[in-house]
Amino acid sequence: MTIDLTDRVDAEPAETTQTATWVAICRLDDLVPERGVAALVRGTQVAVFRLLDDAVYAVQQLDPYSNACVLSRGIVGTRGGAPTVASPMYKQVFDLRDGACLDPMGKEPVDLVPYAVQVTDGVIHLALPPTVAAQPTTDPPTRP
Amino acid sequence: MTTVTRTRDRTPDTTGRKRLVVVGGGMAARRLIDALRARDERDEWAVTLLCEETRAPYDRVALTSYFTGRDPDALALGDQGVWDDPLVTIRRGVAATAVDRHAQTVTTSAGTTLGYDALVLATGSYAAVPPVPGKDLRGAFVYRTIDDVADLRTYVETLRRETDRPLRGAVVGGGLLGLEAAGALQALAVESTVVEFAPRLMPLQVDEGGGEALRRLIEGLGVTVRTSTATAKISGTRGRVARMVFAEGPALPIDVVIFAVGVRPRDELARDCGLPVGERGGVIVDDACATSDPNIWAIGEVANIGGRCLGLVAPAYTMAEIVADRLLGGEGTFPGADLSTKLKLLGVDVASFGDAFATEPGALEVVISDPVGGVYKKLVMSDDARTLRGGILVGDASAYAALRPMVGRPLGGDPAAYLLPEGAAAAPMGDLPDDAAVCSCNNVTAGTIRCAVADKGCTDVAGVKACTLAGTSCGSCVPLVKKLVTTELEKAGVTVSNALCEHFDLSRAELFDVVRVQGLTTFSAIIDRHGRGRGCDICKPVVASILASLDLGHVLAGEQATLQDTNDHVLANLQKDGSYSVVPRIPGGEVTPEGLIAIGQVAQDFGLYTKITGGQRIDLFGARIEQLPAIWSRLINAGFESGHAYGKALRTVKSCVGSTWCRYGVQDSVGLAIALELRYRGLRSPHKIKLGVSGCARECAEARGKDVGVIATDHGWNVYVGGNGGFTPRHAVLLAEDLDTDTLVRTIDRYLMYYVRTADRLQRTAVWQADHEGGLDAIRAVIMDDALGICADLDAAMAVHVDSYEDEWAAVLSDPDTLRRFGSFVNAPDAVDPSLAYVAERGQPRPATPAERQDAGILIAGTTLEVRR
Repeated sequence: MTIDLTDRVDAEPAETTQTATWVAICRLDDLVPERGVAALVRGTQVAVFRLLDDAVYAVQQLDPYSNACVLSRGIVGTRGGAPTVASPMYKQVFDLRDGACLDPMGKEPVDLVPYAVQVTDGVIHLALPPTVAAQPTTDPPTRP
Repeated sequence: MTTVTRTRDRTPDTTGRKRLVVVGGGMAARRLIDALRARDERDEWAVTLLCEETRAPYDRVALTSYFTGRDPDALALGDQGVWDDPLVTIRRGVAATAVDRHAQTVTTSAGTTLGYDALVLATGSYAAVPPVPGKDLRGAFVYRTIDDVADLRTYVETLRRETDRPLRGAVVGGGLLGLEAAGALQALAVESTVVEFAPRLMPLQVDEGGGEALRRLIEGLGVTVRTSTATAKISGTRGRVARMVFAEGPALPIDVVIFAVGVRPRDELARDCGLPVGERGGVIVDDACATSDPNIWAIGEVANIGGRCLGLVAPAYTMAEIVADRLLGGEGTFPGADLSTKLKLLGVDVASFGDAFATEPGALEVVISDPVGGVYKKLVMSDDARTLRGGILVGDASAYAALRPMVGRPLGGDPAAYLLPEGAAAAPMGDLPDDAAVCSCNNVTAGTIRCAVADKGCTDVAGVKACTLAGTSCGSCVPLVKKLVTTELEKAGVTVSNALCEHFDLSRAELFDVVRVQGLTTFSAIIDRHGRGRGCDICKPVVASILASLDLGHVLAGEQATLQDTNDHVLANLQKDGSYSVVPRIPGGEVTPEGLIAIGQVAQDFGLYTKITGGQRIDLFGARIEQLPAIWSRLINAGFESGHAYGKALRTVKSCVGSTWCRYGVQDSVGLAIALELRYRGLRSPHKIKLGVSGCARECAEARGKDVGVIATDHGWNVYVGGNGGFTPRHAVLLAEDLDTDTLVRTIDRYLMYYVRTADRLQRTAVWQADHEGGLDAIRAVIMDDALGICADLDAAMAVHVDSYEDEWAAVLSDPDTLRRFGSFVNAPDAVDPSLAYVAERGQPRPATPAERQDAGILIAGTTLEVRR
């Protein structure tokens, strides 16, 4: 599969499957190992992380504890065997694989929405849930 | 002694049990019920508590805290579940009116009659009101119960609605209770005067010197103090208090008066049923707390034990424990009261313990009196100056926890050393004898605490508190408890872990040494050799800081960039909405008009909120991540550089204007501050570092609130170290006097470098030097006398730092790879984060609140303010 990335803002065409829409985001090389980037996918902000072994994970960019879109800027690490990101705001720790909150820092645990990721020919693709794929909105994400 | 509550599974059947009636619902009664229910394994006793107040027993000692919140429940004592115990019946708002000793019954104000097998009188005291004319006017109060305090508050609030002028109040009585009451008036914003008949404040607890220190401290808080003053009468207008008339001198206009002249035992029940009472009141009891009637006991303030009534909670608790023990067939006796007190009155520490007035023949007094610092400390020693007999601490009672258990024991060393701040911290408390009382509120000895660790498996202070109750009442002994627990754990071979996190077993200081000695330069190498996993938000920034302190390249070079917290990663300070703030360095707070205009122009062009910081520079808020390089490019063109406000690093060197302009300045404080700031800028450290330089002893730069404070003298510079503001403010302590500038700089070089190398993660200088073995004296020996032979090494390390400094922001702007990190979105590097929204307030933007976001009409996006890039 080849994808033209010259216009990356709205990386069409997208490939639709039964349950999710795959959207090209950027090249793997655009990411630094053990750091995240933010991506804007049809108005929804997603945090995408590359690990040392080139595994790529994506979760929501909205930090549920501060309501700011900042999770891509957190420190990547491990807890036990789980790859994690710590929110840069109040330091809650989340499992990058499934978004589970591993350390709520004394608050109620709130999990993140995880996004499925495929890396094809050096290009990172995110699977958008049908709701997000169907709503090309530019509104800020809903704040709880 | 233990009062751990057991889970109960009982039927509420009280038939066939012995009946205990407790009269009076105060703190002693509560303790008695807790102790009895914890130890009455066979449920022998069913308890009825007659509680005249409509509330369950509450913490009367903390009454003044009622003013910081109106919630009486905040004063609740212990686990309120005790009132659900089927064998405990509480009758709120019901007083005992008579006792029939022959029939063994109590008649209540509700008209009922209760039979008893044992009766405990715990009726406490009345607040005494002196027989001055006018004492019954409206606006005259006592200070004893929650209702008293609530009435006072209501009265003051009513007056405040009637008048605009400041309200004035007086407290009759300058003892412990009087100063508490004055604190209550202060909390209600009523100007207060304390009137004391004796020649000093707190005449029962402190001596003349202590009273004088206390007066200065209290007056410094805006309370007027009149000692040796007799109140002749209170005169009124329309039934309300209006003036206080004294035996001598002009009258004092007042709106409210509180009588706090002492308490009288409420012994009328005992008198009426023929129990012997003392000459000055109080039910006479023996050292088992038994009255002359074998079925009646008395505890707390109403009990006259050893010939007097005791108004402190600790002996009341002891009496409660004894009666609980006796009711269950034990043989407990009253060991004599420890009348030691430690209080915070109006925020002023006061402690008095042992033979505070040196009444013993031949007793020696060691006194340290510092009127400037507001501290008075006295130790009373035996005639050979070896054994501690007692003492008084005013202004700083931090030594109380360590000293009080030593009463009656040899102190070891120079007594004066115990009165200096460092001496108190370094006192050899590990040697405390097992029978020494550590927590006098709950009567817990050092031995009990050691036993909790050694035999009962407690592994931390929280566990020991739960197990022994030590430190659970007033809390003043907690530092000592912690010390005992740590010592005991170490003795048992339990390592008190100072591991960084799950990835490293080493502490920051250990890791620093390892990295330096082995010459490791990357996180991967360090964690491969000394850790496990791939790190976390704790250890990664620590390693980044260590590598930066060792000056191993730019903080964002290569793998180091992945270690940084977002602030260090984008060289700006993350704010609550995800935007950043930018602080250009303004060394010493000196800035040209052109510089100010340039900063203002940048703020205006990028729509930033501006605020002057406490460190004499300007913070620009609301910058989006993708704007940071453009903002910095403008600032650098105007001659500014990074202020490192985002880093655990040197922040600012604050200065006063100094001898160049000031009429009083004796040295050029601005010149020195700029030189120091340029020397240490960019120095990465375990926590932020702030410096200050004052041009004379007036100390306008507040240098003693800084990690390193320099104060000019006629002969050179005094240097103070270990100060900080923040959550636990500390004054810096004198390190060296009258240094010339070169020696001063060398001394600060070594102090900072030694701190950077040996402190723990996020440990500021104050805690570091207090925890350093041997304290500041040992640090002084290392950096001024080269006791460890490392000074040349420290000097060389600082020289490397100074020589290798480069502006981090200039470096970022010249590196296209690094600049890529500042895109807002990887697939839309220039798109504005759509979740950011601002509203204008006082002519500047601020983040919109959630409610404001609902109404998009009032929002201004960051971009609309921006007129130029």
